[in-house]
Amino acid sequence: MKFRVERDALADAVAWTAKSLPSRPSVPVLAGVMLRVSDGRLQVSGFDYEVSSQVGVDVQADADGAALVSGRLLAEITKSLRALPVELAAVGSHVELTCGSARFTLPTMPVEDYPTLPDMPATAGTVEAGPFAAAVAQVALAAGRDDTLPVLTGVRLELEGKTLTMLATDRYRLAIRELEWRPEGGEVSAAALVPARTLNDTAKALGPLGGSVTVALSRGGVGEGMIGFSAGARRTTSRLLDGEFPKVRALLPDTHNAQARVPVSALAEVVKRVALVAERATPVRLSFGEDGLVVEAGGTEDARASEAMDCEYTGEPMTIAFNHQYLLDGLAALDGPVAVLSFTEPKKPAIIAPAGEDGQITSSYRYLIMPVRIGG
Amino acid sequence: MGRSQVVPRGGGDEGFGADADDTGCTILHVDMDAFYCSVEVRRRPELRGRPLIVGGAGPRGVVSSASYEAREFGVRSAMPGARARALCPQAVFLPPDFDAYTEASRAVMEIFRDVTPLVEPLSLDEAFLDVAGAVRLLGRPAAIAAAIRRRVREEQRLVCSVGVAPTKFMAKLGSTRAKPDGLVVIPAARVLEYLHPLPVGALWGVGERTEEQLHRMGLRTVRDVAEAPPGLLRRAVGEAATAHLGALARGHDPRRVEPVQAEKSIGAETTFDTDVADPDTIRRTLLGLSGKTAGRLRRAGQAGRTVSLKVRLADFRTLSRSRTLGGPTDVSREIFETAWALFEALAPGDRIRLLGVRMEGLSVAGTTPKQLSLGESEVGWREAELAADAAAARFGAGAVRPASLLNQERRPAAGPPSRIDHADPA
Repeated sequence: MKFRVERDALADAVAWTAKSLPSRPSVPVLAGVMLRVSDGRLQVSGFDYEVSSQVGVDVQADADGAALVSGRLLAEITKSLRALPVELAAVGSHVELTCGSARFTLPTMPVEDYPTLPDMPATAGTVEAGPFAAAVAQVALAAGRDDTLPVLTGVRLELEGKTLTMLATDRYRLAIRELEWRPEGGEVSAAALVPARTLNDTAKALGPLGGSVTVALSRGGVGEGMIGFSAGARRTTSRLLDGEFPKVRALLPDTHNAQARVPVSALAEVVKRVALVAERATPVRLSFGEDGLVVEAGGTEDARASEAMDCEYTGEPMTIAFNHQYLLDGLAALDGPVAVLSFTEPKKPAIIAPAGEDGQITSSYRYLIMPVRIGG
Repeated sequence: MGRSQVVPRGGGDEGFGADADDTGCTILHVDMDAFYCSVEVRRRPELRGRPLIVGGAGPRGVVSSASYEAREFGVRSAMPGARARALCPQAVFLPPDFDAYTEASRAVMEIFRDVTPLVEPLSLDEAFLDVAGAVRLLGRPAAIAAAIRRRVREEQRLVCSVGVAPTKFMAKLGSTRAKPDGLVVIPAARVLEYLHPLPVGALWGVGERTEEQLHRMGLRTVRDVAEAPPGLLRRAVGEAATAHLGALARGHDPRRVEPVQAEKSIGAETTFDTDVADPDTIRRTLLGLSGKTAGRLRRAGQAGRTVSLKVRLADFRTLSRSRTLGGPTDVSREIFETAWALFEALAPGDRIRLLGVRMEGLSVAGTTPKQLSLGESEVGWREAELAADAAAARFGAGAVRPASLLNQERRPAAGPPSRIDHADPA
């Protein structure tokens, strides 16, 4: 194996692949990235039995062949190289990398020990890369991080006709977003539970490329329990999470007794400031009334803070308390300058939706947040 | 103990018995009778009825505890052993076994803490209890005192005396008068009637020197002190003691019952009669201990964030593990699940002598914010356990409990007693 390639192309390809490599691999070969050259094209791939990533790069190939080298090391090397053409060659049990006058010799691992990457499942449809990445970011933040509840560490993808819906919840908040997409061959009705971290990493990497992302979902037969995403020369597959996602949609209240409209950035600033005195387990309290909104935190004996701000509010005066980080997460995810907060009562979920300057709700994004019960 | 000798004991309880008006008498002073001796007699019944002296052996030994039989010969605590031997040569002298007394003390204090978390131990054998918060659940203070005496007798085979009064000082005077094996209630309206005829030496803080100085001023009874002009008192005992003695003599004692450590953690533990390896027994025991812990938390109005498990093995190795929850709880279900998970992770693999469950990181339950979760039922285990508390308050402890604990022997209730044992021989 021997080829020449531009540094940026190589660095991007290795970085994309290396991000999914396990930090403590169950077998040493899984810490490697596979470099395989044929027909003037380099395929860089990584796999940890859960997630696979692969990307193709056009190269000037002198000799076909394959080599398996440490992914983390190669990623760091390629990132730090000068912007010059890179030459890579397999020499015996090593790989020689030269770039300008820099020269690296890396040990290789046996190619034949490396597992075969799973095939992409059948294509289910396509979605715009940019909006898809934005929507994934909005939803994935609500997914759980507690591995003892694996179902909640996933984002549920629902493919129904021309609508792709994503939801995630860690029991304390719930994020949901609908997106238009183009199902392959008409009617599609399917659902999948994708590990939130993988989905988020993938969408973040594919989004800036523009164009469209192909969603591939196994429905029986080949690649059962697998989802794939591809865009341009990149593709990734991931095992789906097992288990029944809780039926959270029924928990979304469809009516409200009170509604507030506040500028997102102003509210986020106030909450951040006031929350400086809120200890780990203590919430921020939001009191809505005719005169606007007062945000408070702190107890009777601890440090206290409060700040008032303007707010358009309809409904009976109400005080409701939230974990400030959950509230800030939701505000940061809104794709509009104004937040519309809907309440029923202080112990029931509140819903935050994005709106334009005119107060009209602008997208299908909904961030539901469970309050903190205070005073018994 | 100190100068309790100056207080008249027993006999002639003119209306200070268990049926006196105990309204507002929420302080109990519980004093174990001849504690070390009683613990010795408990494990060596052949000593019953004989004069018994713990400590005092050796040339410089001092009497730690004397049985009532030995006291008839004039033997007192803190008396040199040689003198005790001279007074009562036929007494059995035993070396003190503080491990045994500490263990017995712990068991007795556990009974007190079943009644109220506000327990202030003064030493191994006496404690103040504030039962103001327990009255609604467990009945009137005198009934609670009688129930404590009965439980100590039935469960620990030990005897105690209890004073029931509106203040610590009066409660302590009451228990001294109640000894041995008695119960004295000092009604709030009769505090002065009780207090004023007593000699000045009965006042808390009055030792021999102060007593002498008061006597020199002609102040012999508590009434004399109460009625003395402040200037006279000041000259006798100085500025600081004047306010203190004046208040005490008028029946005022603002000291509160300060539970030692009770604010840091609340828990329960049990020692098995024989070492245990059976997981079912361990599980049931943890369930019972968790229930007890949760009940104590709820009675104290507290919730804890950290569950800690204590396991003592047959060879006396003691292991402990703890886990901090997402938020504070006073629900036995949550405590048990965590305690059991800790036990399973610990997998001690040896026979077990003692199990304990304890909640740390306490905060006041009502004010503790709780992050609600999606789809959480508004009526859960906590409500079920509150209902069980209410049932226990009416029908006695253990009226409602987990089904897996049903076949266990029902413990005597600390609740409203069906009979009041004021017929105890004084």
